[in-house]
Amino acid sequence: MRALLWRDLRLAVRAGGGFGLGLAFFLIVTVLVPFAVGPQTGRLASIAPGILWLGALLACLLSLDRIFALDFEDGSLDLLATAPLPLEGVVAVKALAHWFTTGLPLVAAAPALGVLLSLPGPGFFWLFLSLLIGTPALSVIGAFGAALTVGLKRGGLLMSLLVLPLYVPTLIFGAEAARRGAEGLAVETPLMLLGGISAGALALLPFASAAVLRVSLR
Amino acid sequence: MSLWEYANPVRFIRLTDRVLPALSGAAVLCLVVGLVWGFFFTPDDYRQGSTVKIIYLHVPAALMAINAWLMMLVASLIWIVRRHHVSALAARAAAPVGATMTVIALATGAIWGQPMWGTWWAWDPRLTSFLILFLFYLGYMALWEAIENDDAAADLTSILCLVGSVFALLSRYAVNFWNQGLHQGASLSLDAEENVADVFWLPLLVCIAGFVLLFVALVFLRTQTEIRARRMRAILARERMA
Amino acid sequence: MMLELRDVSVARGGVPVLDGVGLVLGPGEAMVLRGPNGSGKTTLLRAVSGLQPVLAGEVSGAERVAYSGHADGLKANLSVAENLAFWAAAFGTRGIEAAMEAYALAPLSDRWAGNLSAGQKRRLGLARMLVTGRPVWVLDEPTVSLDAASVALFAAAVRGHLGAGGAALIATHIDLGLSEARVLDVAAHRAMAPLPGSDEAFL
Repeated sequence: MRALLWRDLRLAVRAGGGFGLGLAFFLIVTVLVPFAVGPQTGRLASIAPGILWLGALLACLLSLDRIFALDFEDGSLDLLATAPLPLEGVVAVKALAHWFTTGLPLVAAAPALGVLLSLPGPGFFWLFLSLLIGTPALSVIGAFGAALTVGLKRGGLLMSLLVLPLYVPTLIFGAEAARRGAEGLAVETPLMLLGGISAGALALLPFASAAVLRVSLR
Repeated sequence: MSLWEYANPVRFIRLTDRVLPALSGAAVLCLVVGLVWGFFFTPDDYRQGSTVKIIYLHVPAALMAINAWLMMLVASLIWIVRRHHVSALAARAAAPVGATMTVIALATGAIWGQPMWGTWWAWDPRLTSFLILFLFYLGYMALWEAIENDDAAADLTSILCLVGSVFALLSRYAVNFWNQGLHQGASLSLDAEENVADVFWLPLLVCIAGFVLLFVALVFLRTQTEIRARRMRAILARERMA
Repeated sequence: MMLELRDVSVARGGVPVLDGVGLVLGPGEAMVLRGPNGSGKTTLLRAVSGLQPVLAGEVSGAERVAYSGHADGLKANLSVAENLAFWAAAFGTRGIEAAMEAYALAPLSDRWAGNLSAGQKRRLGLARMLVTGRPVWVLDEPTVSLDAASVALFAAAVRGHLGAGGAALIATHIDLGLSEARVLDVAAHRAMAPLPGSDEAFL
């Protein structure tokens, strides 16, 4: 398991791993927003938490198909399925590696991008915290979508169609927590619910993803 | 004689062939009676005027939009546990019907909402939930279409249906949390206090019965088609082998 | 007994391809599968490895199998040693030196797998079998893109594996010089009639 995590992290960091692409995408989306809605500070400040959450979500979506597709193409997935590792564990570890290489950098970058969108002062901490709690759910749910479409040609677009509706609750609670934080309201409830979704997804979805992978491999 | 015997495709087609004419006839009858009664022989609501009459399309369609998904969930579970092909194909057959019901519910809701709330669309929890439900239908149907191997498609879509149901339910509560809405309370409930008045209630029941019968008839018909298509592929495959 | 197939039938894409395959491999035994392209060798080997379910019959010993398919499962951005070390860790074994030695990979140890030639990649893929520590090797066309010298390395590795009490099931078209291996021609097991498979309910 640890070897798999190391391998995935190493592959992501080395050339061709696509590490940092999600981050660059996040930056570009954030930069484009003021061009679309206008530079007024007040307007930007009011939509900043939502835009940053949405940008992080889309950046996360962008790199999902790499979770299994590369391993499927070069045959590693077959070999992993015959290895003495439980496939549920393989899925969980690969989702974790995705979170380390995509989710975590997004979480770290979000406050910096908040400056660009004039995020109000108290919002920075809550945005950071809500993303920190919510992005693991995005990775695990995304791994499920990636597993569903792993054997398909042109699976990328289909995967977005499958994954985005599943992202709705996470986005709602995450963005709500960030928004309430930015406006100085109480954030406990949405944060707890967001944590609940993350914990539930982490605990249960790897089983569904592994079942799906077994079907896709045969 | 157990219910499971109808899980045999051939027997399923034989049975449904026998009941389909009666079922379709009953559906048409209920719909015509219910809609004519509702549209022309009920009084206008004292607040909502004659716009209230769209309830005879809106409420049954909305009910069936949700029930169709529930039926798909049950059929998917049966496929996963007992691997009856008819069940997987019935789930596949129900999806476009359910999606259409969702669209009808959304469209009639918009037409009703315009004069009542002064807007075609509001991000009200109920409306939003239906829109999300529609997205789930789209994803489910797209996944069926994308996978070539029939059994693999049945497996993957069943799991998607299961996981999707959990997330659809989560979304429902998340959306409630996110925005308190404009939508009136339930039109129908066992709690008589908030029910619609009796004059509307009876034709509405007839319309709901009509929609349920229509749904069952359509699902039977579409399942038959799926079974025949599958049978054709199986025969072609056997001929290739010989 | 290391691996046993009893009356196994397999299907590809819902269509039965092989029917009634039976074989027993004991320690030190090897078997070569022959048959024309598309006869179902790959499907059978995947079923033996537990990657796909059998239509009928039984496979015992799938948990002892190390599988090598058409793809080598190599990562272009990992070095030769890193690739091997990963698979050793995944299978819970240690030490990749013996495997590197057996396939003359030691000079390539620090090269990225992406920069290897096709034959070198194949050798690395085959070396992976040695680090799995599994007693039954299931190999699908192992000698594709190998030169004569590398085929000899492979044959020596298989012989060493058999000598150590292992077993091997190999689908191949060429003569490996493994005179002790039995031969099973899968063409004799071609499925003729529809089997109780997934589509049978519709016929």
